[in-house]
Order: sequence, then C-alpha cells, then structure tokens
Amino acid sequence: MLKTFPKGGVHPPENKLTAAIPIEYMPLPESVIIPLSQHIGTPSITVVNKGDSVKTGQIIATGKGFVSANIHSSVSGKVNRIDFALDSTGYKQTAVFIDVEGDEWISTIDRSKEINKEVKLSSEDIIKRCFESGIVGLGGATFPSHVKLTVPSGKKCKVLIINGVECEPYLTSDHRLMLEKGEEILTGVSILMKALKVEKAMIGIENNKPDAIAHLTKLASTFRGMTVHPLKVKYPQGAEKQLIKALTGREVPSGRLPLDVGAVVHNVGTAFAVYEAVQKNKPLIERVVTVTGKSLSKPGNYMVRTGTPLSRLIEAAGGLPGDTGKIINGGPMMGKAVINTDVPVVKGMSGVILIPREESVRNEIKPCIRCAKCISVCPVSLEPYLLMTLSEKGLFERAEKERITDCMECGCCSFTCPASRPLLDYIRLGKSSVIKMVRERNLK
Amino acid sequence: MSNLLNVSPSPHAHGKESTQKLMLNVVVALIPAFITSVFYFGIGAIIVTATSVASCLLFEYLIQRFILKKPISITDGSALVTGILLAFNLPSNIPVFTIITGSFIAIAVAKMTFGGLGNNPFNPALVGRVFMLISFPVQMTSWPVPKGLATGYTDAVTGATPLAIIKEGLKNGESLSSLMDKIPTPVQMFLGNMGGSMGEVAAVALLVGFVYLLFRKVITWHIPVSVIGSMAIFTTILWLVNPENNADPMFHILAGGVLLGAIFMATDYVTSPMVPKAMLIYGCGIGIITVIIRVYGAYPEGVSFAILIMNAFVPLMNTYIKPKRFGEEVKNG
Repeated sequence: MLKTFPKGGVHPPENKLTAAIPIEYMPLPESVIIPLSQHIGTPSITVVNKGDSVKTGQIIATGKGFVSANIHSSVSGKVNRIDFALDSTGYKQTAVFIDVEGDEWISTIDRSKEINKEVKLSSEDIIKRCFESGIVGLGGATFPSHVKLTVPSGKKCKVLIINGVECEPYLTSDHRLMLEKGEEILTGVSILMKALKVEKAMIGIENNKPDAIAHLTKLASTFRGMTVHPLKVKYPQGAEKQLIKALTGREVPSGRLPLDVGAVVHNVGTAFAVYEAVQKNKPLIERVVTVTGKSLSKPGNYMVRTGTPLSRLIEAAGGLPGDTGKIINGGPMMGKAVINTDVPVVKGMSGVILIPREESVRNEIKPCIRCAKCISVCPVSLEPYLLMTLSEKGLFERAEKERITDCMECGCCSFTCPASRPLLDYIRLGKSSVIKMVRERNLK
Repeated sequence: MSNLLNVSPSPHAHGKESTQKLMLNVVVALIPAFITSVFYFGIGAIIVTATSVASCLLFEYLIQRFILKKPISITDGSALVTGILLAFNLPSNIPVFTIITGSFIAIAVAKMTFGGLGNNPFNPALVGRVFMLISFPVQMTSWPVPKGLATGYTDAVTGATPLAIIKEGLKNGESLSSLMDKIPTPVQMFLGNMGGSMGEVAAVALLVGFVYLLFRKVITWHIPVSVIGSMAIFTTILWLVNPENNADPMFHILAGGVLLGAIFMATDYVTSPMVPKAMLIYGCGIGIITVIIRVYGAYPEGVSFAILIMNAFVPLMNTYIKPKRFGEEVKNG
C-alpha cells in the first residue's frame, strides 16, 4: 500500500501534458518587471534608482525585517523606472522596471556547469546565504526559506521532508527538475539537512512520476540519510501538513507549525535554489515554469528569469490560442486567474495554464442537496456546506467555532460539489472576516 | 467581449459531478427492483410507477411554474426519484387516484412548502406513503400475491404480507413455528416471491442496487449497514431470549421494507445526517425503532415511521455531531 494522508482529498484529471518535455531556457525579454513583494512577509526596500545600471544577480531590493526576502535583478540593463505594476495576484504593487541590455552577470556567481557536492559552509552561513540569495519556498507559498531553516530554541527538527509531490494537475516543473537536476536537488537537500542539523530526510513523490522516483531513489543511495517515498496520487498531498501526515503519520496540531511535530518541509525546487545559492553563490533569479494548456501548440517547461512578462512565455509556447478563456498562475486547484498577460513571472510561479473558454466558465449554482461530499473530501475534516452558509449569513462567531480558520483553501469542496456551489469563495470571505474579528478581539 | 479573460477565484476545475447525475444513478440502481416487481406483480407495477412518477413531476412543475413562479427544475431528477420510491412503497394494485393524492402530499406538502430540493426535513416519498397508509388503510394493505408477469392491474389476488401473518397470528395466540410454515421460505423471500409493496420484495435486486450505489460513490455504507446491523442485533437478542414469540433476524431483515428503506429511503441526502458518526447513530435509530414498532407496536411494519422519526433528529445531529477535525486532538508518538 502506498502512503497517503488518511482523510479527504480528490483526484482531479492529471493533464500532465508536459511531463516528457525537457526544460528549455527562455530567451531574454526586452524588459522585465520585478515586483518588490514576491514572498510572504514584508515587501522589500529598493536599493537602486531610476537610471541605475544593474547586472544579472545584483541585489535591487533588500528584505525588511526577519520575514522578508532580498530581491535580485534577473537581467543586466538599466532601471527604467520604479512604479506600480499589476502582479499575478491581480493587485498593484511597487516593482522595478528594467530594460535589458546584454546579459552581464555579477562576478561572484559561479556559472560553471560542474556539480559541486561538497558542502563547505557552516549551518549559520547556509542560513545567511539563503537570506542573502532571496530564497523563498518555491512550491507556491513563497515563505522565506531562512525563516524555516532557523529552528527556534527549545524546538528540534527531527526530520526534513522534501516535497516532490506536485499534486496539482497540469504542472510538471518539479517533475522535470527532479529528472534533470537530481544531483543538484539532493545536494541541496544535504545542505538543508546541515542547516537544520538533522540526520534524516524523506523525499515524497507521487506515484504518477515513476521515472523521478526511480531516478532520485538511485541517487539518494549515494547521499547520507535520504530516502525516497512513493505516494498515492491524491490532491492536496503537496500541502505541508498533509504531506507530513502521509510520510510520518504525525498530525500537526491546528494552528501550529510543522516544527511542533519535529518536521520541516521544503520543496524540491527550493532545494535546487538552495544548492545554487550555497554552492554557486547564485541568487534566486530564475525558475522553471510549466506553460501548458490543451489548445497550446507548444506547451513546455521553461527556465525563466523572474520579471519576464507572461506574454513572452505564451509566445515561446506557441502563442495565445484563440479559444483561451482563462489564464491561471499556478495550478488549476489553487492557482490564481490573471487579469492580463503583462504580469511578470515571480519566484512562486510554478506554472501558467491556458484554459479553453468552454472550461473557463463555472456551472450554474444549484441548491445544496446535503450529499455531504464536501465533508468527505475535506482534508481537514471541516464542513464546507456549513461554513459557506455561516459566511453567507455573516455568522462569523459560529464559523470560528466550526474552525473556519483551519481551511487551507485547497478547493476540494468546490471541485467536488455536485450542485456546483461556490463553497470556497464564501469560506474565504468568512475566513478573512473571522481572522479580522479575532485580531480586533485580541487588541482589546 | 470574446477576447476578455475570465477571472474567478480558485479552484478552476470542477469534478463534473452533478445533482442530475447522482439522481439518475439512483434511478439506475432502482431498475433491478423495478424489473423484479414487474416480474412478480405484472402490469400493475408499471401502472403504479408511471402514475406516481408522472404526478410527482407534474405537481413539481405546476408549483414552480404557477405558484412560486421560479425556474423549472424538474429535470434535476429529484422528483423522478421521489416518484419511483413512492411507487415502490405501494401495493401494485392500488387505485390511481390514491397514488395521485400521495404524490401531491409528497411533492406539494413534504417538499415544495419547505422550499423545494434540499430544504425538506422529511423524506417526501415516505410522507406521501404514510399519508396514504392513514387515509386509505384498506387499499394500502391489500397486498397482491405474486402471480407473475401476466397478473392484471385490478384483478390481482390479494393476501397478507409475511409480517402481517406473523403479527396477526401471534396476537391470536398461534405458535410461531406454525406461523413460520405459512410464510415463504427465506430463499423465496430473498428472491422476492412474497406479498408486499411492489418495490420492497426482492432483496436480491435491492442489494444489486446497493452495490451499484456504493460503486458509483452515490452513497456510503454507513446508513444501510447500521440500519440492517442494528436490526440484526436487536432481533437476535429478542429471538434468543424468547424464540417462541419472536421471529429470527433473517426473517426480519428480508421481510417488509427494510432493505428498500435502508438502501434507498434512509440514505436520501437531504433528510439524512452528513457526518459518518451521525449516519451510524441515525441508522441504528431506524433499525431499533423499526423492530420496536414491529414487535410491540400496532402496525406489522415500521420502517417508514422509523425513518420519518429519525429524519426529525437530523438537524440536531448535524448541529452537534462533528467530524474529528485534522489536528484536533493529536496523539503523536
């Protein structure tokens, strides 16, 4: 029996159209837009001005406070302006606009192709390097990695969990990375182990990627303390707490962090970025993005510099199909629909999915028939039908008691609802109102 | 317009499940029982089902069209299921006007007055049936004897159901062993060769439907298994304590509407609990109340009443019985 998390979950059509397509380097765009908030936490502060020349890899904004991240220029050229730009979440935020001139990298970056498996830096230096290099969680949450690597006193990390699940349909960027950069990823894992002072790392990969499982299993035998675990294909297995439950059987208490059960979870993409930062001194300026869609003529996996507009990616993948009805940043279950194709690629963007028009519209909302399917698929065993009603009616105190804040917004309820009810839309609304209510109460 | 992008919150995918598909799956699961009932009771089974389905659909249409003035939703399949289930709970020779009355009560009173699909606290088909049982007691308890496909609608030979034979006989002081000789064998009962409501007789057909519903994930096992299991346990105790006065558990499960009730009526989404734990309590309640009515009550059969009584507890159960949340009480080694 393959391991998985015990309760809830769905199995949406996988549609991994690009699983067999190798990663291709995207040509440089003419200009990039680099938003100052590409991570969870405080937006960064710019350290460049209009008209400044920058090199590839040069720091252009520094992290403000502990939970923040540095941002580097992904290209060389001239800062055109610092202005508001629409980002992939649909909000306007400050961004650095850079006109590309050539591709001159800062000299400290080791651009050689050799794989360097010997980890020389100490635990503290690794964490420092991660902060300097602007490493954030690349699985989508974009939580600054140095924060996760800093174990607070009194807590102990017993196991490092590496997330190679990629449970979202369509996305294959992590899959390709595991196949093509396996040694780098595992070296990254050993760096993370050293930073966390932990002897054991478990790599979880869903069983729909047998080639990646085989490849990493073979490589892992040459590293100390690493094991690869095939997992049953089930969404949302890539969710941190579900993955911990699947691999270790431990359940992270509600409202607590993985460290409370002795685990720290990092994505395979993050492990690769950590490898590049620590061994090659290369900041996080590019990532693999899956550009896919049923009508796209040349879907693929592209290594893209951050700040590249989506329109360039879509061009590279064969141009915008005429029937496009929706463009998603991320996976179809948790990704965000973008407003236009000018928005830039950011650190947390794992995929761009072009959904044909007929699949982009929602079904008509029907009355709830109390079939309880939303309850049975909820991975945290909430009652989505009830939370929706409570949110709709503004009964936030009751919603708080029904633990609306435990909802991780995976979307299984809305996905499965036979009456096509917008359960998650309302739950989000209720959740944010409850969080606001609790915050105000705590202030009193 | 055509080149505008849709922007909506996640998820951007839908599982393609729909109310209509679920209802049609229930209809498919009821087909074996329908075929066996035509096989045993002839043309009457078809007339009763057709009348019930047609009048349920018609009443829902008329109410939505002329009273509520709302969009017509009879194509969602829920009135179709109600119609079939009501018919399955009736004798196959019952006059058409009584069926129409029952359908009216089921749809107009038990369903639409509460706000239509999803809002009715009681199972509409059962409300219709119980109304008919009280209003037309003679017609509702004149059960045709299974005489095969060629049986006519009005000229069917009637007789008592096995449950009624036992109930009456025990009241008149007959011994259980002599009564057991008057009723069909367990094999005949399993195959449905006995008097009773047209859709409830054939255990085998209902079980085929059950497997189909489980396979298509329309229902879970909790309610049917707890109804049948609790009945089995309760009747076994009674049987062991006093075998002279209490029929064996096998008889209780195969006789009457237990399987139809447990598999198709008690599992009605709208009127059953939503959390597995509550489903088990609800199912056990139905099983126990059924046995109490059968053994101690005035009626030979009690499944309909038991389900309706437990329906009343569903809102309470939905409010107070909660699933164990992820990360709630953690036992980590």
